[in-house]
Amino acid sequence: MVKLTQRLGGLVLRFAAFCAALGAVIAMITSRERSSFFVISLVAKYSDLAAFKYFVIANAIVTVYSFLVLFLPKESLLWKFVVVLDLMVTMLLTSSLSAAVAVAQVGKRGNANAGWLPICGQVPRFCDQITGALIAGLVALVLYVFLLIFSIHHVVDPFLLRKS
Amino acid sequence: MAKLALAATSGKSCKILLGLRLLAFSATLSAAIVMGLNKETETFVVGKVGNTPIKATFTAKFDHTPAFVFFVVANAMVSFHNLLMIALQIFGGEMEFTGFRLLSVAILDMLNVTLISAAANAAAFMAEVGKNGNKHARWDKICDRFATYCDHGAGALIAAFAGVILMLIISAASISRLVQPNKCCSTTASPSVVP
Repeated sequence: MVKLTQRLGGLVLRFAAFCAALGAVIAMITSRERSSFFVISLVAKYSDLAAFKYFVIANAIVTVYSFLVLFLPKESLLWKFVVVLDLMVTMLLTSSLSAAVAVAQVGKRGNANAGWLPICGQVPRFCDQITGALIAGLVALVLYVFLLIFSIHHVVDPFLLRKS
Repeated sequence: MAKLALAATSGKSCKILLGLRLLAFSATLSAAIVMGLNKETETFVVGKVGNTPIKATFTAKFDHTPAFVFFVVANAMVSFHNLLMIALQIFGGEMEFTGFRLLSVAILDMLNVTLISAAANAAAFMAEVGKNGNKHARWDKICDRFATYCDHGAGALIAAFAGVILMLIISAASISRLVQPNKCCSTTASPSVVP
């Protein structure tokens, strides 16, 4: 009975992380806004900035990975490999989120010393959608950190609680 | 003192792990120091009044950009963590490495891997914007005017990425030590259950 709730907890966490990463990808891809600046109209899309492209790619990889691990059978020998892959996926998530936040912060506040003006004043809806995508990425990261600790506790069993 | 060091590094895997930790410590420390001391001052001509040019002095420092501040702080924290683990390995050879201590080392290593990868990537993408500019957002590049600043920043980034790779290997080694508890630096046996 205890093992069933543990496995169910792991599945729920992974499904929630899958949803969060998928939401981040979709929110970032569909963010596109056209604004007119006197006679020039400029389009702001996520692919203008390299950090956002990396964010989309990394979260897409995480989405596919979570979806595949959801269907791993319980007695498979691949679970020890899943621990290592979970660590690498957490690294990927945190690096992509950190890069996207760093660049988005420049877009929102500008950088007075480098002469870079903020762009959020001209494309507010784009900025809001990027913020939503970054929050979804943060939720996915937190869930994956929990999943990592969860996997180590149940797969590697450091306290040697299982008597099998 | 020599006996302590010898006891701590008995076994080839111990020596390799200690060497890796020393390398990671030096890489992250040098990244933090090089970026922390990164500063360049240049004077440019910004206009002309009649025939005399007006000069203005601009400074490029690392703390103008929050991503670089995070980079310096995170690298300092990770190098301190590595120093602590080295000290634990050399001077803590008499302590029992039972379940909780081994687990806390593994979890701390994992957290530091994520921290350093986040810091290195944030600084890398900010440096890319500074080097190439962004014509969609109308941000000019700054590396053509502050070449030394950019070079030092690039060196610090390379050191930090070397630290990322080393920390990943160290973290994998720590997690594998959880599976086989008698492998390294535990002079007394941990719970003798066959894994």
